[in-house]
Amino acid sequence: MIVAEAKSFAEVAEMVSSFPRLLVAACAGCTAICGVGGVRQAEELAAALRIHFRIRGVALETEVAGVTRQCEPEFIEELAAAVGRTGAVLSLGCGVGVQFLADRFPQVPVFPALNTRFVGGLAAPGTWEERCRLCGDCILHLTGGICIRARCAKGILNGPCGGSQDSRCEVGDDVPCAWSLVWERLSALGRFELLAQIRRPRNWANGNGGPRSSGGASG
Amino acid sequence: MNPNPRIIAFCCCNCAYAAADLAGSLRVAYDPEITIVAIPCTGAVEPAVVLSAFEEGADGVFVAGCLDGECRYKSGNLRARERVQTLRAALEHIGLEAERLEMYQVSAAMAARFGEIAGEFAARIRGLPPSPVRQRGKSGVSGVDRG
Repeated sequence: MIVAEAKSFAEVAEMVSSFPRLLVAACAGCTAICGVGGVRQAEELAAALRIHFRIRGVALETEVAGVTRQCEPEFIEELAAAVGRTGAVLSLGCGVGVQFLADRFPQVPVFPALNTRFVGGLAAPGTWEERCRLCGDCILHLTGGICIRARCAKGILNGPCGGSQDSRCEVGDDVPCAWSLVWERLSALGRFELLAQIRRPRNWANGNGGPRSSGGASG
Repeated sequence: MNPNPRIIAFCCCNCAYAAADLAGSLRVAYDPEITIVAIPCTGAVEPAVVLSAFEEGADGVFVAGCLDGECRYKSGNLRARERVQTLRAALEHIGLEAERLEMYQVSAAMAARFGEIAGEFAARIRGLPPSPVRQRGKSGVSGVDRG
């Protein structure tokens, strides 16, 4: 899932400060699940912005609308009428959603209300952890289901490095050494032989020039 | 500083609203500036609703729910408490004092305590200037270029 965090209120207020009418566009996809991009959060942000500007003597009109996913043109189309009534869009979608909105409605400015962080999973209620680096060259079958590209600070293919101490990474904050986790997992699976193999560097020429795509326009 | 504040109290009907009712029956006086809104559980008070109260000109808002461990819906009061804490921080960013929002916890039998918290909060809000949102009003703002 795409993990996103809300930008600071001050940053958002500054971004939209010269627009008297604003569409606050929510997304019911990943950012809603993160608790930062749903209709509820859009209504809260819209109310907060209206109060903020009214205190400063400036009128702001907002309209809140949500779509199933901002990363699909057919859903974005539902916002066309609301975009026509307002002069700017504040998107609570991820970076993809913001770009799709900007592509579909090039006549109005589109602002991001969120910072898109990473692809992750739910580690604890409200806490998400990065588990995939989207490298396009999955080797999880060789590492016991632990992504060393995302979870090793150095992303090395042949580990652990000398910075691994007591199964903890040298970057601190009690971060587990990903290669130590791989060792434990492969030990439990009885697949030590995988650790003896030397991994060759990744082929970076494989689909990393420019934006990647899948399906018919595979890159 | 603000002799006639507008105060909205979101009161859980299982505890604080009943306490306010009992306060009336027992002739426990509490501030007449407080408008009580009965809600099924403080966990149902969405932040956007609290912000709407401020947007409509409330000088202060308090949420009153059950004591710890006594929520009919198990944890609605605890969730409300967290939301209020988050909202207090948000109010500062928006441009309102955090003191304008508070969370209290009382039981249905605590009529005297309800009178105390109502008086305490009203006194606090009277010590603050009138809400700048109300001062500006909808007609006191301009839609001109902010650039």
